Amino acid sequence: MKALRDTRHMTVRHLLALWRQPWWIAVSLIQPVIWLLLFGALFKAVTDIPGFGSDNYIQFLAPGVVVMTAFFGAGWAGMPVIEDIDRGVIDRFLVSPVKRSSLISGRLASWSLTTAIQSLIIVVLALIVGASFANSVLGVAILIVEAILVGAAFGCLSIGLALLIRKEETLIAAVQFLVLPLSFMSVTFMQKSLMPGWMQTVSDFNPLNWAVEAGRDAVTAGPDWGAIAGKTGLLVAFLCLCGFFAMRAFRTYQRAV
Amino acid sequence: MSEANAIEAVDLRKSYGEDVVALDGLTFSVPAGTVFGLLGPNGAGKSTTVKILTTLAHPDGGSAKVAGFDILREPARVRESIGVVSQAGGLDREATGRENLRLQGQVFGMGGRELERRIDELLEQFRLADAGKRLVREYSGGMQRRLDVAQGLVHKPRVLFLDEPTTGLDPEVRAEMWDEIARLSGAGLTVLLTTHYLEEADQLAAQLAIVDKGRVVAEGSPDALKRELRGDAIHIELGTETAAEAAVREALARVDGLDEIIYDENRLLHARAEDGARTVPAVLAALDGADLEVAAVTVARPSLDDVYLRFAGRTFGEAESADGGRRTDDEKEATR
Repeated sequence: MKALRDTRHMTVRHLLALWRQPWWIAVSLIQPVIWLLLFGALFKAVTDIPGFGSDNYIQFLAPGVVVMTAFFGAGWAGMPVIEDIDRGVIDRFLVSPVKRSSLISGRLASWSLTTAIQSLIIVVLALIVGASFANSVLGVAILIVEAILVGAAFGCLSIGLALLIRKEETLIAAVQFLVLPLSFMSVTFMQKSLMPGWMQTVSDFNPLNWAVEAGRDAVTAGPDWGAIAGKTGLLVAFLCLCGFFAMRAFRTYQRAV
Repeated sequence: MSEANAIEAVDLRKSYGEDVVALDGLTFSVPAGTVFGLLGPNGAGKSTTVKILTTLAHPDGGSAKVAGFDILREPARVRESIGVVSQAGGLDREATGRENLRLQGQVFGMGGRELERRIDELLEQFRLADAGKRLVREYSGGMQRRLDVAQGLVHKPRVLFLDEPTTGLDPEVRAEMWDEIARLSGAGLTVLLTTHYLEEADQLAAQLAIVDKGRVVAEGSPDALKRELRGDAIHIELGTETAAEAAVREALARVDGLDEIIYDENRLLHARAEDGARTVPAVLAALDGADLEVAAVTVARPSLDDVYLRFAGRTFGEAESADGGRRTDDEKEATR
């Protein structure tokens, strides 16, 4: 109960802080538009490759952009944690009766809410530029759930890393190092059958890829619900693992104080 | 352990890494309802002590009770009973003053109209009533510090920790802050104040412990500590030529009524005399007789600086520059 209450209070804190940054809101809305239109135009010709299977690249790309946007945003979840450490905010909470877990879950909850809104906006935009989403509301809802699951997991990783390294520059380097390779080693931009063999193997172990595959399948006609459920299960397990890592990082942080 | 004590720390030990000993058997106790000062230079171990007593850091050895609860066995009960104002403050700069206080209250299980009333009361008390709706980012240094203290008091703690509450404030704002802190005591609240300002400890603390290199070197009320140093302090700066300590001591051996002679590496001579004004001419004559040139002489009633000199064996300024480079919690704070 206390954990839920504390999570709510922390969520309100983060939402208020976001609300006061109109630039942040603007950029995080414009960025996925750029992904969608830029990559949509750049890679348009890949649909001509024999075996790609689809002739509408925007259609193919849109679910990927929804998941990728959530994933990119989550990578930076640790940055405000470092600011909190530097300003003594984390220490102030650690000497209060607040539930430790709420310091992480509050961030994830506020982030999930904004990600859901952001995803919906991308979906609407994709509809406008010519994509269509099968399985209507249920399909889109599943797509957004996949985006939030993979984002929350990487958000936990980012927060855990922030608590361990406590330096903004190092965290930026670590996030940059992970984000682009993981994006390209997934079916976000390219049909799996057209990837090199080794990359196909890697993508089987890439949580971002699980989310894109499950999300894209959910908005495609005749989805394989079993496969979607399987990948969602994997994502939930991965999220639990990352959550555990973040909580351990808290303990390590406190031992270093 | 006595129930009348709000804080009892026994033989606290803490090291960082291999070679930095922050606390080396620190022991002291704070009577309930008083303002207690931990006075020492940067790097003496004051912040480490606060971190341990507030359950943020674990000691390597020793034990402590705060508000009657053991910090190691009942940390949750300790956290419910204390308010903490750390050096870094801990305010959310992107939130308003009122939001900061509200979140702090909520974390302690407060809410609704009772909490809003408490917030009004604190904003009023700390002269922030008009600023409550503004973002903390826009506050001046003094305002932020007052909000820090208000934040530590929202849930009406029994023990309040103030870690270097006036560091970094200009003298005028510091004096205002002293007034605020002085007003806190009396309402059954125990305050543990750490400071490296001698005047601050002198002004605010009813009792104080002088900390040096992780140990308490003297304890008592500021007046009692000063009274222990009978007589006046004499400080003499010797001239440019390097004088050997042995020569100085030999010259002064002939002067009556001169005690506790300390000669430091900056050619500063510190001594104590029953009647400073009468002893100084004899001291000067003795130094002159030994061909030791004198650049400056001061005679003063004992200050806490002299107390520190007596118990730590070095002046406060020396300790600050010697220990400032040690990588301790204070130093880490300063580099942030």
